[in-house]
Amino acid sequence: MRGLSVGYVVRRVGMFLFTIWASATLMFFIPRLAPGDPVQAMITRITSQAGYVEGSGKLVAAWRARFGLDDPLPVQYLHYLKSMATFDFGYSLAQFPAEVGTMIGRALPWTVGLLVIATALSFLAGSVIGALMAWRRTPRLLRVFLPVSLTFTAIPFYILGIVLIYVFVFTLRLFPISGGYRGDLTPGISLAFVNSVVQHGTLPALSIVLASMGFWALGMRGMMVTVAGEDYLTLARAKGLRPLDILFRYEIRNAILPQVTALVLGIGGIVGGTVLVEYLFGYPGMGALLYQAISTTDYTVMQGIVFILILTTVTAVLIIDLVYPLLDPRISYERR
Amino acid sequence: MDPTAVTQIQERADEPADSGGRPTSPWRNRKLLAGAGMVVGVLVLTLAGRLLWDTTLARAASSPLNLPPFWLRGGSLAHPLGTENSGRDMLALLVVGGPTTLQVGLVVGVTSMLVGTVLGFAAGYRGGAVDTVIRTLSDTALTIPTLAILVVISAYVRQMDVTTMALIVALFAWAGPTRLIRAQVLSMREQGYVRMARLTALPTRHIMFGEMMPNLLPYLAASFIGATSGGILAAVGLEALGLGPQRIPTLGMTVSNAISGSAILRGMWWWWGFPTLVLMVIFIGLFLLAIGLDEVANPRLRGAKA
Repeated sequence: MRGLSVGYVVRRVGMFLFTIWASATLMFFIPRLAPGDPVQAMITRITSQAGYVEGSGKLVAAWRARFGLDDPLPVQYLHYLKSMATFDFGYSLAQFPAEVGTMIGRALPWTVGLLVIATALSFLAGSVIGALMAWRRTPRLLRVFLPVSLTFTAIPFYILGIVLIYVFVFTLRLFPISGGYRGDLTPGISLAFVNSVVQHGTLPALSIVLASMGFWALGMRGMMVTVAGEDYLTLARAKGLRPLDILFRYEIRNAILPQVTALVLGIGGIVGGTVLVEYLFGYPGMGALLYQAISTTDYTVMQGIVFILILTTVTAVLIIDLVYPLLDPRISYERR
Repeated sequence: MDPTAVTQIQERADEPADSGGRPTSPWRNRKLLAGAGMVVGVLVLTLAGRLLWDTTLARAASSPLNLPPFWLRGGSLAHPLGTENSGRDMLALLVVGGPTTLQVGLVVGVTSMLVGTVLGFAAGYRGGAVDTVIRTLSDTALTIPTLAILVVISAYVRQMDVTTMALIVALFAWAGPTRLIRAQVLSMREQGYVRMARLTALPTRHIMFGEMMPNLLPYLAASFIGATSGGILAAVGLEALGLGPQRIPTLGMTVSNAISGSAILRGMWWWWGFPTLVLMVIFIGLFLLAIGLDEVANPRLRGAKA
């Protein structure tokens, strides 16, 4: 395939596996480095609640087996890696006998949906704004308005979310306060349900879009300004091509590719922001689940969510990185 | 004050202008000045407030509950910005939380810049295996959703104070500066004056810090602002999730309490509004500083009016 060498793909996949291994390892050692052996403390805490938690004996047994607490550390580590690789996150500590995998499976589609839609929208809107900011023929009126849209970028997702809730939920009463859909509807492909999902998702998505749009706009503007000095633009103008053609086929096309790099680098941050946005809006995704796990000190759920969040991020980055050379004929990943 | 110090600062400020032959110094960038003004403003106001206002009022149950600001009915001048759910004075919360937030950003910014400069120079100048290792590590740190890992770390750290939190956040903040500095060093090491310096057999340390470093200053400054802003972002995020320092009231913790106390729906806008406003001023200030510095570092951006 053009621009996509075997060596590059192997290197990228290797990087992908390394990142996952590194973060999983980090999560294995964090609890063990913390003072006072939290695993032991966790088990003690569960045992002390034995009178209230049905089947807690089984839970303790499952935990002992899963962590292999009597095994030497390397053996524990291998067991841990195996269970992560097979997505076996064990049981929830706070909501036994719910399995972490099931809880995550329910929350994940919401987060992925929100993230993909919001990121795509902000990327598109931001790139257009950035292109218009740098284009010399942009109408004066737009020029005044565009920088204003950047102000939002400085403000974190969740802070913006609070303001949106105040304006649109509390003051104007245009949108529902929280959740992913109206409680009295059954999830499924029906007009009422889809409508409800869109209504509930608008504000969380809007806060992500507004807060990250300016980031893409600034990057795009920077690239457009850089492209503007190139000789092929002078040639295109001399040939008498229409300005709009030049804008789209020469300027934007060449300026947008570094934006994809920025998108790759930004994904980790966007995921982090989504966690807080979901918590704020009570959106039934991974962020809300994570907050719930934190407030009930449900370490198994916490680890599972974080592992899945990392996995999704790293996979997204891998996909974009593999698609990138196909988009840009100038880039060849052959080692020079 | 020693008058020569002033002229030295003056000279340094004019230096980039001389090289470009421009009449005004790019350091006199309007965005840069506005941003610096906002950040310094928050710092000065909150530090002055610390002297003028009783900070013990930031403790729970030190004041009446749920008072509105003084200009609304029921408000009192004893608590000019009102109080929240558990009887903390809002003004005291801001006065204590503002500098704390900036302090976290400063620790994160300084730590990650030190690490980033060392690693970035090592990777860019030495190249080879050193570069491969550093690049792989920083790529890994850049891809991982930092906040997610930070949540796990913070959840296990029981005794959290402001510096501990800042250092935990800094664990992941070095990667950005490292990549940026590496890229600059890579492009710079092939430039004429650096080659000349190498040919004259100057010691490597002198080439790095005497010849290249001064040219990198705008990039370093922009990178520092970025790291600071990112650090505050992560710290406030952790605080909002309830994982921040417990003893010292921070802006993020106040916002978090407001959310869990459903302040928005109870119409207590002053509870979430004031800390949010201070955070916004800090973030917009840092943002303006960053784009201002970017324009200083990259003259091409200066031409296009934004």
